[in-house]
Amino acid sequence: MNSAKGGPAAVQALNVSKVFGEGDSAVVALDNVSVNIRQNEFFTLLGPSGCGKTTLLRLIAGFDHPSNGAILLEGEDISGLPPYQRPVNTVFQSYALFPHMTVAGNIAFGLEMLGKSKPEIDATVTDMLRLVQMEELKDRQTSQISGGQQQRVALARALAPHPKVLLLDEPLSALDLKLRKEMQIELKRLQHETGITFIFVTHDQEEALTMSDRIAVMSAGNILQVGTPRDIYDHPAERFVANFIGETNFFQAELVSVKKGAGKIKLASGKTITATVPDGLVANGHITAVVRPEHARIVEPGASSTLVGTLENIVYFGTDTHFHVALGGEEAFIVRMQNARDDAGKFSTGMNVGITIDANAAQVLRD
Amino acid sequence: MAELGMSSAVTRRAFSVRKMTGFTAVAIVCFIMLYAPLLPLVAYSFNSGSSIALWEGFSWRWYEAAWRNELVQDAAFRSLFVATLASTFATALATMAALGTTRTRAYRGLTAIYAMINQPLMVPEIVTAVALLIVFAVIKTATNYHGLVYLITAHTAFCIPFAYLPIRARLEGMDISLETAAADLYATPWKTFRRVTLPLLWPGILAGAMLAFVISLDDVVITEFVKSPGQDTLPTYMLGQLRRVITPEINAISTVLLTVSAVMVTFFFFLNRKKM
Repeated sequence: MNSAKGGPAAVQALNVSKVFGEGDSAVVALDNVSVNIRQNEFFTLLGPSGCGKTTLLRLIAGFDHPSNGAILLEGEDISGLPPYQRPVNTVFQSYALFPHMTVAGNIAFGLEMLGKSKPEIDATVTDMLRLVQMEELKDRQTSQISGGQQQRVALARALAPHPKVLLLDEPLSALDLKLRKEMQIELKRLQHETGITFIFVTHDQEEALTMSDRIAVMSAGNILQVGTPRDIYDHPAERFVANFIGETNFFQAELVSVKKGAGKIKLASGKTITATVPDGLVANGHITAVVRPEHARIVEPGASSTLVGTLENIVYFGTDTHFHVALGGEEAFIVRMQNARDDAGKFSTGMNVGITIDANAAQVLRD
Repeated sequence: MAELGMSSAVTRRAFSVRKMTGFTAVAIVCFIMLYAPLLPLVAYSFNSGSSIALWEGFSWRWYEAAWRNELVQDAAFRSLFVATLASTFATALATMAALGTTRTRAYRGLTAIYAMINQPLMVPEIVTAVALLIVFAVIKTATNYHGLVYLITAHTAFCIPFAYLPIRARLEGMDISLETAAADLYATPWKTFRRVTLPLLWPGILAGAMLAFVISLDDVVITEFVKSPGQDTLPTYMLGQLRRVITPEINAISTVLLTVSAVMVTFFFFLNRKKM
């Protein structure tokens, strides 16, 4: 789905703010947010609860209206339209299936409201039932099917009117782990087959990394970083992003030089390594940098090591082992090594060890 | 109805009133106090003699007598007519009130509106009765109209809170995201109401209507004050009879009323339990 890159915007948020309540009790849910979501993209809004991701989704759906700014659908301002006039459908966290209708009745609802002809509705419902593999259960009441099946019906119901954008509000959170993994693959397949732009809201970083074409990481009503899963994971530009996604090591360093996003940083040990630097940052002394635990390795202390410390703890995880190295002062530096490697077994706690950092694995943070 | 709701809420907690010493005894005493007096009433409706205290044998004669009595027929039809219209109007108004108090953002004065809607439950019935007597007397003199409209209006008014409570409870228990989903799927507000809200609200509306019907059917005080001459309902007819000779005919009519109420309340209970 990388073909989506560079396409025209399916949804744009332009300087959108949303404030709930008034006066002293006012809560800013979105604070001047702008984002471009491309056609045919699997776009994820990722963040902890209360970060504003669901608010942004509700503004796109039309359930709420922005206090400031505009929502554009394919270049057209839809901020003032009620939800029933927007060619956008939603898969709700609670599914919100109509309990007084059958599976097929639920899927047909949107088409009926659009005034489609009976044969067209029947044909689309049949297609949708096949798409989500629910043909057998079309006449069941929604209370008589399992949670995973309800999830599929909710998807089929939202996809049936062929919306320009499908909004998914944490749709997998109610499923158990195994079903959730299946549905992740299923959702990717559906997005690929229908070619519809998906906007997916989740607080689960793994879900976001595995499914998305691009991710927007949100915190406290702001979008902090937008990028591909690899960008976000390997090159977090902000402390919050680095912290929220995966495990990471923070350390102080000095930014010596920057050239086109690539920089040299001087560590406390006096060694200099290469690092990725976010746009707009100039070489001016103290910075915080991060390195993922799997981008570093433990070595015998010596000339090749960039950092030196005492091995504090070894935690065995089966496929890999975590080494906690005390560098003096701050938190321990964590190194993750696969156990298949020969050298994983030759260290023990209390030893003096060196750490080497993979080339370009270090990332300088903006703050 | 209120008691039923309370007791189920209490039993759900870990601490159970039912486990307290003497609970069963108190409950049994209460049930006896409530229902034991009904037993002789029902029993003597089948008495073959004309006493309401001296058993002379089983017979259907008083049911027959009541059935044949034109005054009873007349009053029964009037009761049913007033109860049907009043409960219908009250339910329609209560449904609108319930929608207006649950399907909006909270606004200033909402609590006051709740209180206003439920106010007929608090105000002593006799006060409402006297007030209506005075107001309607003025209107009757002015218009010279003495029809059933006064009774129907009065019954509608005091039935509203009874119809309102189950409808509002149902609306509050309904998942609001269903209506959001309908709007998301291109349903206009009116279509959303017709296709989603109303079908899911039906059990509540029916329950409200039945409760209102029973309340209207049973009313004595307000009816007695508001009715024009010759507008007896079944309860006011019975009240009138008590001033004369009491025969088991009254027991027979009471038993029929009791049966109708019991059947409707039972039906109401099951409707209310129906899953959302």
